[in-house]
Amino acid sequence: MASAVNTANPADTNSDELVFYLQDEHEHAEGSSTALGFWVYLMSDCLIFAILFAIYGVLGSSYAAGPGPQDLFELELVAINTAMLLFSSITYGFAMLQMDKGNVRTTQLWLAITGVFGLAFLGIELYEFHHLIEIGATPQRSAFLSAFFTLVGTHGLHVTFGIIWLVTLMVQVNMHGLIPANRRRLMCLSMFWHFLDVIWIGVFTFVYLMGMLR
Amino acid sequence: MPDTSPLLTAIFGRLTLESIPIHEPILIVTFIVVALGGLGLVYTLYRYKLWGFLWREWFTTVDHKKIGIMYMVLGIVMLLRGFADAVMMRLQQAMAFNGSEGYLNAHHYDQIFTAHGVIMIFFVAMPLVTGLMNFVIPLQIGARDVSFPFLNNFSFWMTAAGAVIIMISLFIGEFAQTGWLAYPPLSGIQYSPGVGVDYYIWGLQVAGVGTTLSGINLLVTIVKMRAPGMTMMKMPVFTWTSLCTNVLIVATFPVLTAVLVLLSLDRYVGTNFFTNDFGGNPMMYVNLIWIWGHPEVYILILPAFGIFSEVVSTFSGKRLFGYTSMVYATVVITILSYLVWLHHFFTMGSGASVNSFFGITTMIISIPTGAKIFNWLFTMYRGRIRFELPMMWTVAFMLTFVIGGMTGVMLAIPPADFVLHNSLFLVAHFHNVIIGGVLFGLFAGINYWFPKAFGFKLDDFWGKLSFWFWVIGFWVAFAPLYVLGFMGVTRRLRVFEDPSLQIWFQIAAFGAFLVACGIACFLVQIAVSIWRRDSLRDLSGDPWNGRTLEWATSSPPPDYNFAFTPVIHDNDAFADMKKRGHKRPLEGFRAIHMPSNTATGIYIAGLSVALAFGLIWYMWWLAALSFVGILAVSIAHTFNYHRDFHIPADTVAATEATRTKLLTAGH
Repeated sequence: MASAVNTANPADTNSDELVFYLQDEHEHAEGSSTALGFWVYLMSDCLIFAILFAIYGVLGSSYAAGPGPQDLFELELVAINTAMLLFSSITYGFAMLQMDKGNVRTTQLWLAITGVFGLAFLGIELYEFHHLIEIGATPQRSAFLSAFFTLVGTHGLHVTFGIIWLVTLMVQVNMHGLIPANRRRLMCLSMFWHFLDVIWIGVFTFVYLMGMLR
Repeated sequence: MPDTSPLLTAIFGRLTLESIPIHEPILIVTFIVVALGGLGLVYTLYRYKLWGFLWREWFTTVDHKKIGIMYMVLGIVMLLRGFADAVMMRLQQAMAFNGSEGYLNAHHYDQIFTAHGVIMIFFVAMPLVTGLMNFVIPLQIGARDVSFPFLNNFSFWMTAAGAVIIMISLFIGEFAQTGWLAYPPLSGIQYSPGVGVDYYIWGLQVAGVGTTLSGINLLVTIVKMRAPGMTMMKMPVFTWTSLCTNVLIVATFPVLTAVLVLLSLDRYVGTNFFTNDFGGNPMMYVNLIWIWGHPEVYILILPAFGIFSEVVSTFSGKRLFGYTSMVYATVVITILSYLVWLHHFFTMGSGASVNSFFGITTMIISIPTGAKIFNWLFTMYRGRIRFELPMMWTVAFMLTFVIGGMTGVMLAIPPADFVLHNSLFLVAHFHNVIIGGVLFGLFAGINYWFPKAFGFKLDDFWGKLSFWFWVIGFWVAFAPLYVLGFMGVTRRLRVFEDPSLQIWFQIAAFGAFLVACGIACFLVQIAVSIWRRDSLRDLSGDPWNGRTLEWATSSPPPDYNFAFTPVIHDNDAFADMKKRGHKRPLEGFRAIHMPSNTATGIYIAGLSVALAFGLIWYMWWLAALSFVGILAVSIAHTFNYHRDFHIPADTVAATEATRTKLLTAGH
């Protein structure tokens, strides 16, 4: 491709030398557009979170005479939760390093550990939600709580889908090994997983830490 | 509410026999007509054994050309539904004077104006625009298909599924009575307890998945799949405007998705985002929906601008004037479209500073748009203009759209907007730009690319008849609305007190009748063209002396579009090839790598309709089952690793040899 373009100098008026088609084309590597496509998808997903953050920014202090962040949040619990998710990102990174070395068994091991951390994160989040609802801080109580549950819950939903995807991929790696298609898929899930981490750092800072300062 | 047993409620949710509108004679007649028509269609397909053919060659196809055509068919079918709504409104408003209530009750009338807006934007304009982009872009950039062929098929079926959900609301239950953007608190559960708003939400959510994915797909296709030599500034203008449109789709539809999710949480869970109490804020919804809604109108108009650019340059026999400024104008419009949303509700009361900001940004948009108009005019200047149908639509567009643009600038002045807000002047303005811009553009595009898609031109006589009915009909229908708007008549009214206004509504109704003739002529045009296809046949693949790559291949193009990947040296790649005497290669064909068909898209879309139906009617078991089904089908799809095949070199050689024979016969 490069040579064909180089020989085609637009200033060259001698049309005999111009090439108008490629006799032998390079095979488009299958899935060569996937990385870009997945990035664009992630950015569109990011926009959904942007809206939820904006909603929280506008409605986050509409307590409707109900409980506020300082009455509800327990930073210790959230710190543990954050640690779970951040660790899961590190372990996913280890899985990718092993994938690069072509090591199926250790890749699978790190993926499994990632999944366990993800489940722990979800478990703690569900415990927190359960606790809040039990003491009457339900999503229906105030606009602040509606925005809180929706923002944090949407993130949790994404993690849930991430885990389903992770399990699917582990089965597929088990079936076919680390073939190019599977590597590409693991790469996409990797981006997804780290993306959720970034979103969570936003949630942790913007919702929990700044909420405690209100 | 009649008392129903818990078992029935568990199975059918809130769906009862009363939900079927047997007390509305208009709906019953419509249902009978639709049912008979549908049965007739099914029987014909069965009689001629077309089901298998349709399923294999069309429904499961991943070919961007066929998917594009299916989008167009969907858009045209839905145009008939949306236009039927328009005619009913025009009749009602022309009748409801001097104590007459007209023939529509408020319950029905409110559904009609909501459905008209929703259908025309989401299920007419969007499919038609997406269909053209789908068909044309890969051909224009010299690609074999889009980046993600399966996703393309899936996107189409999700759009179609959204349309199906909206159509179900006609016969089971009701549609929203809230206006096309469903502002809360009216659309909240307290004021709209029925299923109408839920049909609205889920119809748009399902279609929105399709639109977003198709936006990602086409965006990546344009960035990654261009033929060698086609740098960004050598792309055809239609591809450029499509690129900007798809950027806008990816950057706005998630906003719509999010805001509709929040509205559904308010309705289903009882949260307080947009409620009047417990700290909710309805204006938040209005802001967010217009952050999607304003770019949406540019999503529709930008591809139309691209079509006009292609048409003007082709039918003036000249290179487009000011290509670079055209590209920059498009990009500037893309960016500015994000900075104007508040002009839809200056009356919110956000104060002079905020209103001034949004008024000024809105007016600034007219500068790049004006630059485009001048570019088209200068392209025509001293060109050899051929007034074929696409060119006629383009000239009509320039005359009509400029006036629509000027009334838009009037509305952008906040003090003037306080007078004109929510009036028929506004209704006239946006129909002026959407019909005069988007729809005229789509007709230009359909007439322009139809021969590429099917290998024969559209009939001229019926096309011209359709053109004149549409253009004159449009002005007769909407000029009176400008007048009425100035007199202070607000939109969405069902009955009127002042008898002096009636004549204007009667003129508008006559205009709608003329437009109806225009639509009928368009359908006749297609039928006549198919009937007379042999005399309208184009064997060259280049009926208009075209300038861009899509005209370099045969009509209809082979599955693989181009036997060899073209190499581009000039903006008008095909005009350049013709000028330099490039000969079509006749030998040395290679096997071509292509994606395989799949039915996964249609399965997931079908399950999505079931999911939406379950959620709308509170049939939770159905919703849960279909959701699990969607997950299962999606996961199962990822276990299929064999998604492509090769067209053997012999087949390619045979296809190309047939074309060679046709080309020599044609000369």
